[in-house]
Amino acid sequence: MAATATKESVERTIADALEQVGADAEEIKPDATFEALDVDSLDLVEVAQVVEEEYGVEITGEDAQRFETVRDAVEFVANRAS
Amino acid sequence: MSRRVVITGVGAVSPLGMGASALHERWAAGECGIEDGVGRCRDFDPADVLSKKEARRSDRFAQLAIAACQEALAQAGWGDELPHEAERVACIVGTGVGGLETLETQHDALRDRGPKQISPLAIPLMMANAASAVLAMRYGFRGPAFGTVSACAAGTDAIGTALRLIQAGDADAAITGGAEAALTPFARSAFAAMDATSKSGVSRPFDARRDGFVMGEGAGLLVLEEARAAHARGAEPLGELLGYGATADAFHLTAPDPAGAGAARAVRRALDDAGVAPDQVDYVNAHGTSTPLNDRSETEALKAALGEDVAKRVPVSSTKSAIGHLLGGAGGVEAVATVLALRDRVAPPTVGYEEPDEGLDLDYVPGEARPLPERRNGDRRSPAIGLSNSFGFGGHNAVLCLASR
Repeated sequence: MAATATKESVERTIADALEQVGADAEEIKPDATFEALDVDSLDLVEVAQVVEEEYGVEITGEDAQRFETVRDAVEFVANRAS
Repeated sequence: MSRRVVITGVGAVSPLGMGASALHERWAAGECGIEDGVGRCRDFDPADVLSKKEARRSDRFAQLAIAACQEALAQAGWGDELPHEAERVACIVGTGVGGLETLETQHDALRDRGPKQISPLAIPLMMANAASAVLAMRYGFRGPAFGTVSACAAGTDAIGTALRLIQAGDADAAITGGAEAALTPFARSAFAAMDATSKSGVSRPFDARRDGFVMGEGAGLLVLEEARAAHARGAEPLGELLGYGATADAFHLTAPDPAGAGAARAVRRALDDAGVAPDQVDYVNAHGTSTPLNDRSETEALKAALGEDVAKRVPVSSTKSAIGHLLGGAGGVEAVATVLALRDRVAPPTVGYEEPDEGLDLDYVPGEARPLPERRNGDRRSPAIGLSNSFGFGGHNAVLCLASR
């Protein structure tokens, strides 16, 4: 069963996943851009896999292309999950 | 006139430890890095060389190549800026199977968690050209970059190909060699199923008791530079890459031609390419796998290519006695070992060689390392000249002819 998706829990899940793909934990903030975090499309696929397993929300490659900041991704997932 | 190619740096990660010096010095001292029947690079920690992100984005075989490359470039004195135009630097790295550990892990993920949980990094990590790609990216080499695939001859074919690229004027420098990290349960079982690997877990090339090869992992890379360009930037070459010969047995999928005809042709071709006569050869770094078939046919091949008298006089030893068989990494690591052996004018021993086998009657350097006899050309000491042999399943034969300064 999918976990309850509060904004805080989604934020935590995405931050953990970003750290997992090699982003610097201290730099992971809502306003941080994926470019600044050195997170590319391959990394975002891995983040999307974590999110889908956790919340049952699918992030397609097209969706991910529109994300600029961490906040964009968190809001996308939180909105779809609720 | 053909462009000459010198070796200005070497790097290795092997079961004898981190670095080309560990490989050369420990082997020359008669030490062996094989434990529990495998040659693992126990001293290698990816975190020592790679950022977390880089480590995640490379399979172990490519990680080993990065560590070896870093060492080779440092020795060559290449700083943050390349000493050649980036477009003129090639990167040719051989491997037997590429990112096998990644393939197996991701196949487990497919079976256990379904197709949607396969990593997007699965393909870029497992592809056989990955080592060449990550090195080119990390250091900004923008010339020809690809992998060579010829099983256990892949590392040697990579170096030979890099030599040709520089001779032909397609590049002025090349980072080249081989890398392998295939000590997985699958590969070990598969080689065992072929009866290729040793049941005793002991690598003793040319010895009557040999019973198959011992699998190892590692990477060996060389920096090659066009001689005048190297001289112009004040580089101190370790040696020269004189020639390369490659042939196919066209005989059997796995067994070598018993007479060693294909291997002998590769040796002769490498000597002709180098302009070296058989009696000028001071040392042979044999393929010497410790399989019953290879060591016999390689002995025949050396007799056929060098002539019986020369073949029996030249010291012939196998690095695999000290580190096992690194498959596609073998040619790279063994070329590094040969360069340093020639530089120090020493024939390292075939470690553990004790019992002669009938018909295997060359000088396999038993016991301990031995100095190479000196030759003089007038007042000058002649360079020490050596061969490094690699033969692969499928009947691929590749031989390099190298010289000290």
